[in-house]
Amino acid sequence: MSALRELYQEVILDHNKSPRNFRAMEDATKHVEGYNPLCGDHYTIYLKLRGDVIEDVSFTGSGCAISKASASFMSAMVKGKTKEEAESLFGEFHALVTGGEQSDGSLDRLGKLAAFSGVSEFPARVKCASLAWHTLHAALGSDAAKVSTE
Amino acid sequence: MQTTTQTAAQDLMDRFIAVRGCRHHFPLLRQRVNGKALVYFDNAATSQKPQVVIDAIMRYYEEENSNIHRGVHFLSEQATQAYEAARVKVQRFLNAAHEKEIIFVRGTTEGINLVAQSYGRKHVGPGDEVLISAMEHHSNIVPWQMLCEEKGASLRVAPINDAGEIILEEYERLLTSRTRIVGLVHVSNALGTINPVKRMTAMAHKRGIPVLVDGAQAVPHMKVDVQDLGCEFYAFSSHKTFGPTGIGVLYGKSALLEAMPPYQGGGDMIKSVTFAKTVYNDLPHKFEAGTPNIEGTIGLGAAIDYLNKIDMERVGAFEHDLLDYATKALSAVPGVRVIGTAREKAAVLSFVIDGIHPHDIGTILDNEGIAVRTGHHCAQPVMQRFGVIATVRASFAFYNTKEEVDTFVAALHTVREVLG
Repeated sequence: MSALRELYQEVILDHNKSPRNFRAMEDATKHVEGYNPLCGDHYTIYLKLRGDVIEDVSFTGSGCAISKASASFMSAMVKGKTKEEAESLFGEFHALVTGGEQSDGSLDRLGKLAAFSGVSEFPARVKCASLAWHTLHAALGSDAAKVSTE
Repeated sequence: MQTTTQTAAQDLMDRFIAVRGCRHHFPLLRQRVNGKALVYFDNAATSQKPQVVIDAIMRYYEEENSNIHRGVHFLSEQATQAYEAARVKVQRFLNAAHEKEIIFVRGTTEGINLVAQSYGRKHVGPGDEVLISAMEHHSNIVPWQMLCEEKGASLRVAPINDAGEIILEEYERLLTSRTRIVGLVHVSNALGTINPVKRMTAMAHKRGIPVLVDGAQAVPHMKVDVQDLGCEFYAFSSHKTFGPTGIGVLYGKSALLEAMPPYQGGGDMIKSVTFAKTVYNDLPHKFEAGTPNIEGTIGLGAAIDYLNKIDMERVGAFEHDLLDYATKALSAVPGVRVIGTAREKAAVLSFVIDGIHPHDIGTILDNEGIAVRTGHHCAQPVMQRFGVIATVRASFAFYNTKEEVDTFVAALHTVREVLG
């Protein structure tokens, strides 16, 4: 039960029930769909970029508690950051949820995202936690307008 | 006298295995997962294997391994006999008229692809129609889509009602003079619906249309008699039927199979080869190019021997009772909606819980040692029909128990606790 409680922490359940920045963005400079064909999780991430800065970010879609809470946290965390800062945060988040090696001060930089540390005990859920981030990564780069976890 | 009675009793025991006593024949079921006794409710994905199947495969490699239909030597003879004996077991199990009507393939998927590519490419042309139902697994949709795309034909879909039953009047209306073949699932993997395939086959036959039945979810749960059903083709997979993976069966009526071109070319499917012309082998070998999955057929044969001892009629009755029990118990969990409430159902309980994603339910059940499938079950059109992205699916086999159902339902209450 403790591993489960670690996975489904209160803050994660809260973001699942009341996701932040959960809306379509009319004046987005870019939007990308992210899709996990295995479980049907499906999100669209909207970005408003000014130069290298993510001025605004929002999302729509549906999926499990982990994927939705992760998208919500992601949107709250990267707003106002530069592309480079967001990508670097993705790298640290990825290491966190896959149980990979973390660099010095990583937990400080991750801040509230540390709530997702429990995911590393559930390998089948890593894709859920990282779907929104992979989609953001695609939106920040010149990748296709649709990404899939498979 | 006493000795004779004992022998008779022993004979009876050798011939019959009580459904309730069979659980210990499956070594994997003794496992513990996450510190809990395993509750394996993912039988529609694949079934577990009894010791006799595992032993048969091991014995083949220890004592008989050799290539078939080739050597004059002792081992090749042994392997060939074992391989062909498995074909006869399948023939009797399905009550096919001839053993040559049993084609060994990789699984149901390959069986359907064989028919689509061989029969379909020969008989389906521009403007023609292929008819399937709205509850097909992707494996009975995509091969026909590929065929229709290539030939300029169209794929028609018989709709289902809110309970998850094919609407027979609509199905009948969709059987037209352009319909070249019908593909129907016997038991739906996502809903559990048992379709009236005998009646639906007769309806197609009235218009002279052949029928393929996808039996992947039916053969493990009920007595199937292909001559009684009357269908032209019937496919199933060994691994869902307590046998090994990578082997399955396509049954086809010999008149149709004889007239069909080969599916794949290679060794074993030929009588003679020159660069100018190849003469194809007779049935069933015409459709079995290359060295086949010999261990797989032997394992499947052992699974069929085992199932014959239990008796498929008794399996069906036992599972029906278990499904009833589980359906009632599940309905007591708040917020549950069962997807698939057909009058005739087999061994599958698909459901959603209000406000909780199936994936989260699956993780929490796994933590309790309970294996279920969550997702779209390779039947996305079914999910779309019922307006859900995914479901939780508990699917049973005859080795499951009511106690396991109780554990499962108790764990669903934990889901509510954890996710609020």
